Amino acid sequence: MVRILSAGDTALTVEFGETAERRLSEAVLALDARLAASRPRGVVELIPTLRSLTIHYDPCVTSAAELSCTVEPLLNGLERQPLRGRRWVIPVCYSADFAPDLKEVAERSGLSPKQVIDLHTSVDYRIYMLGFLPGYPYMGEVPQQLRLPRRQSPRTSVPAGSVAIASMMTAIYPLESPGGWHLIGRSPVRLFEAERDPAVLLAPGDRVRFAAITRAEFDELEKKSRAGSWLPTAQEVES
Amino acid sequence: MTSALKVVAPGLSTTVQDGGRVGWRRLGVPVSGALDRVALAAANVVAGNRADAAALECLYQGPVVEVDADSVRLALAGTGASLEVVGADGAPVQRVGALESVTLRRGARARVLVGAGGVSAYLAVEGGVRVAQVLGSRSTYTRGKFGGLNGRALAAGDALPIQSAASERGERRLPGVSFAPVPAVRVTLGPQDDHFTRDAIAALLGGTFTVTPASDRMGLRLAGPRLAHAKGFDIASDATVTGAIQVPGDGQPIVLLADGQTTGGYPKIATVISADVPALARIKPGAKLAFRAVTVAEAEAARQALERDIASWPQRLERAAADTDSERLLEVNLISGVADAES
Repeated sequence: MVRILSAGDTALTVEFGETAERRLSEAVLALDARLAASRPRGVVELIPTLRSLTIHYDPCVTSAAELSCTVEPLLNGLERQPLRGRRWVIPVCYSADFAPDLKEVAERSGLSPKQVIDLHTSVDYRIYMLGFLPGYPYMGEVPQQLRLPRRQSPRTSVPAGSVAIASMMTAIYPLESPGGWHLIGRSPVRLFEAERDPAVLLAPGDRVRFAAITRAEFDELEKKSRAGSWLPTAQEVES
Repeated sequence: MTSALKVVAPGLSTTVQDGGRVGWRRLGVPVSGALDRVALAAANVVAGNRADAAALECLYQGPVVEVDADSVRLALAGTGASLEVVGADGAPVQRVGALESVTLRRGARARVLVGAGGVSAYLAVEGGVRVAQVLGSRSTYTRGKFGGLNGRALAAGDALPIQSAASERGERRLPGVSFAPVPAVRVTLGPQDDHFTRDAIAALLGGTFTVTPASDRMGLRLAGPRLAHAKGFDIASDATVTGAIQVPGDGQPIVLLADGQTTGGYPKIATVISADVPALARIKPGAKLAFRAVTVAEAEAARQALERDIASWPQRLERAAADTDSERLLEVNLISGVADAES
């Protein structure tokens, strides 16, 4: 059941459910698209997350009561709305020195490291939300065999570009930061560059497919990426 | 020659902040900006700027800056804060109170004194601090290492770009505006108050909490009665707002501030109303804090009243009594020797 929750006097959260699952994310993104198109008075920002859409508003222009009345009729038929987005192919090097947790993930899943890589690159992921760090994409859903809870103790420093998994989600660290997910590879892509246009490469609703590359390919792309002369490719798609 | 405010001593945690970086939260970029945007607005209005112009946010211990421009008009805001204008030898020359502008010539130095009762002070510069905008704002986001001056707090030797000279408008003061901490911070319950026991809600609204030293620009970490979860403390992440009171497994609340993460996986029992968020930046570690509940409609009305008040400030400015004194001050600095050596 959809609930409209109060998040103070500057935001409402439209909650579609309490769990992270694709069905809920699709409803969130559909409502996000509807509100972005209709731009109700006083709406400042829309934040899609795994299971809810938070609508930031200016309380000097509109009110929670008025906005709730605007939002309620938009909740009908969300599941039938096609979602537009981009499909990215992002290269990942799964070489052992970039993947300190690959062996453990393989052991705990009863797979070989090669099978882990094959599974991780076997599906299209959808970006459910960006959060935690600028440009940090929560992408789902990771194949069942690879789902593990977060690490018991987070690392104090995870290098930028690290590709990680935790439960049903996979992500790429945009910046060097602490982190508790399992590190299984590294991508030369820079997801966040404050001075670049666009500063943030991926957006909610985009799809991502990982492609395994060799260490030599990584080194070459990394060099180009640093120089600002390489970005992964994307196609507009609809689903 | 570029005009600048040179950083002689950086203070404990001084950053460039403006009204914030709005519009990027969906991509994981927090709003940042001044923790106390009311004090920022007051300092800016007195300096002759827009309320949300970029200024220096000084936490706990203020910086010492030196004028490397023909002249500069400064204005400070903050509980008990004052500006000490010092000569080249470091001896105190003149104390200028908060919410009163002063114009300094090349070579003069100003020390920001964060009041004994306060945590934060905002030093506005006429024309604003002219660092480059990143994603539409000059605010520093230190965790992301961008915005402000090279994405970090100020360091000795830094030079902050400013306009070349103060305007002829004269000195101003803003009477009748105070930045006292509020006795009971107003909250609205939710979005996840149903994740907590009734006792936890009663403890939040009836208890007293202490601000701990682990607090920073990301969040105010409180210690007090344990707020018990009714359905576990791990939720599938959803969006957060500034002022959200999230409660991790230990039951000790964290109020998210300007640099808080845009999404989070802990339930949020209540949300500090936007009119009271600025006051959170005025509470010292070790000080006590209480909460009281209001309705969303009351919170919206409080915010509207605050915005009307801020909008009235430019009309309420008075000519500063020190306007004539500042002529004397300028002369002191002109004959200090430093000005001669550098002009």
